Amino acid sequence: MDFMASKQPENSLLGPEADSQRTLYPYVTGTSVVALKYKDGILMAADMGGSYGSTLRYKNVERMKAIGKHSLLGASGEISDFQEILRYLDDLILYDNMWDDGNSLGPKEVHNYLTRVMYNRRNKFNPLWNSLVLGGIKNGQKYLGTVSMIGVNFEDDHVATGFGNHLARPILRQEWHENLSFEDGVKLLEKCMRVLLYRDRSAINKLQIAKITEEGMTISQPYSLKTYWEFSAFENPTQGAVGSW
Amino acid sequence: MAKQQANWSPYDNNGGSCVAIAGADYCVIAADTRMSTGYNILTREYSKICKLADKCVMASSGFQADVKALQKQLAARHLIYQHQHNKQMSCPAMAQLLSNTLYYKRFFPYYSFNVLGGLDNEGKGCVFTYDAVGSYEKVGYSSQGSGSTLITPFLDNQLKSPSPLLLPVQDAVTPLVEAEAIDLVKTVFASASERDIYTGDKIEIVVVNATGIRREYMELRKD
Repeated sequence: MDFMASKQPENSLLGPEADSQRTLYPYVTGTSVVALKYKDGILMAADMGGSYGSTLRYKNVERMKAIGKHSLLGASGEISDFQEILRYLDDLILYDNMWDDGNSLGPKEVHNYLTRVMYNRRNKFNPLWNSLVLGGIKNGQKYLGTVSMIGVNFEDDHVATGFGNHLARPILRQEWHENLSFEDGVKLLEKCMRVLLYRDRSAINKLQIAKITEEGMTISQPYSLKTYWEFSAFENPTQGAVGSW
Repeated sequence: MAKQQANWSPYDNNGGSCVAIAGADYCVIAADTRMSTGYNILTREYSKICKLADKCVMASSGFQADVKALQKQLAARHLIYQHQHNKQMSCPAMAQLLSNTLYYKRFFPYYSFNVLGGLDNEGKGCVFTYDAVGSYEKVGYSSQGSGSTLITPFLDNQLKSPSPLLLPVQDAVTPLVEAEAIDLVKTVFASASERDIYTGDKIEIVVVNATGIRREYMELRKD
């Protein structure tokens, strides 16, 4: 009955051999990215860790990159997929520049492009395992959006990925307001990153904060947050506790 | 080694409720603006309503990425229609297009629960309600989404239309005036927000009538 068996083209994603060509789970991952709008543009923070499961394998990973003239992309999740996305965006920006028509892709357009890319990969059951934060400012218009690995996207005044959604967003909802100064914005981001450092086991104490304004993008040198471990509740944590907690 | 099972789902439910009510010369379409995932709120200000044509508005809840893709598909098809026919699509025509578009992905559905509202060719209000794979029907009012189980019985009580099985065929549109219908919508969402955790933050209300399309908002519980 050989004529009945359908033959797959070599590059199809169907059939048992193809399973090895699809993303099943992430290997080297970055943790939360947190970002907010402030008076002059967008501030974004991410630590520099690349975890390999529970091992902290890489400690110098830059998870935020400038895209074109007006945008800043931060990523959590699989680092190799982030690098692939940067390659796609390189091509996108290159084509945009080659038109040489005085026009350039703004953050809204880049966010839309990324959303389409993530959604299309999800449709093919071969996702890019990332949660992306895309921020920027063009012609005075600030923009901050996010897109997940299955294509869920939205924009807001402050966004976060992963654990940031649980720990940072509530702080931002309480303390963010329109027209934050640069210093206040950094203080607020550091507050969020400190909580993440205390409570997210994949977070490391080496972070960068990136700023994007009409003038351009700058990213800080890596630095550490001051932490305090002398809280009395942390001393003898098991005293009086029944069981393993 | 046993075959690997997927540890990710291509679907998510981003929650929310949608309602539409048809009147003699207007149509009210409303949806809340909360977008959630699991027990988290992603954002409080996301619009689930999309204007597809001059007299045709769609509200959709479910999986946001699929909803967005569906809206884009319909907008693109509408543009082509306008190029080919030199006119806007009527609401009943868009209703059929939406049904076909949904069924096209019958075996990997758009996880999108839609209500389509607008004015038909005679200027009378019409509402079409859908399931995720395109099954649809013209009704006098409808609700979809996470709060629909709470909203529909209330609308049934306030707006109950005569049975579509009766002869002669009776009109399903409500005799209510536009202002009364809007008030009903606000009441219904306020009630749904009390008990449905995915409904809340704000309602976006869109009214389509002979003068055009207008939008208004109302605050809801943020918890």
